[in-house]
Amino acid sequence: MKKAFPILGLVTALLLSYALYEALVVAPREQTMGDVQRIFYYHVPSAWTAFLLFFLNFVASVQYLVRRDPKTDRVANWVLVAVAGLSCVAALVFKLVPDLMQALPQGVELSSIASTGPIVAIIYFLMRRYFSVEAVDALAVTTAEVGVVFCTVVLVTGPLWARPVWGIWWTWDVRLTSTLVLWLIYVSYLVLRRFSSSGQTPVLAAALAIFGALDVPLVYFSIWIFRTQHPQPVIGGGGSIDPRMLHVLLLNWLAFSCFAFLVCWSRYRLERATREIEETLALEALLEPRSALR
Amino acid sequence: MNYLYVAYGATWTIHVIYLITVMRRYSRLKKEVDELTKKS
Repeated sequence: MKKAFPILGLVTALLLSYALYEALVVAPREQTMGDVQRIFYYHVPSAWTAFLLFFLNFVASVQYLVRRDPKTDRVANWVLVAVAGLSCVAALVFKLVPDLMQALPQGVELSSIASTGPIVAIIYFLMRRYFSVEAVDALAVTTAEVGVVFCTVVLVTGPLWARPVWGIWWTWDVRLTSTLVLWLIYVSYLVLRRFSSSGQTPVLAAALAIFGALDVPLVYFSIWIFRTQHPQPVIGGGGSIDPRMLHVLLLNWLAFSCFAFLVCWSRYRLERATREIEETLALEALLEPRSALR
Repeated sequence: MNYLYVAYGATWTIHVIYLITVMRRYSRLKKEVDELTKKS
């Protein structure tokens, strides 16, 4: 494990450098926006990575809440199996009944219906298998913190693209506002974790994280549901993109995902070590008065 | 073009600042561990 980290670090650094070169030099110049469109190669992968991290935070938070009681833990396991099965059945029903297919909201594709349930279940059970209840809570803090960093990048690069293209830095559009709300929810989650010393803090934080995760689908689907100024999606839901641009976009996403994984890895180890030290110090503080009495 | 460089620069500034804070927390933790080892 100790050797894997520097190797992965080197691979990520090379990947990030190559992705940067592709974004600045190789990707074709967009005709209407010009070079400023290249911000998209950092903005979109950062948003996807932030969503992924918030999703992991959601799964970890749900697990922290349900695994403390064996009964709710068992129920949650069965619910996950049912969700996986139902999403496959729903995709099959949509495929067999063309009328239903037309009623499908924009932005929702059949393949995503079929895969979402099983993917959620696989991630849930993998996390359950390899992380204890305490570890899952540490993972929730880690993913929320790194997710906020990536979401900050989204909120900074977005206005830097909007100023030359729209002529304004910001507009209270649903996509932009819901992203800002998402960022604020997770910042409040981190503030709660940092400054509250109550024993109930992890439970309250987990509940807040679940509430925050509900905003993620709203952010994603807002451009289909509401009339927004934000550009329409380039992948899925009828969007189209030059294959060379798509290649650069996916490459940058891969590079940023590897980077996020590495940062999460170190932050998770730090969180676990900090908790161990805090426990040792608390134990020492408990034992000290007794030794003083003797 | 300026906006592009500012956006890329801002992205890496945010990531580097975060990495520095994580590293500082690491060194603080290491200090605490050393103190605890000395005590015991």
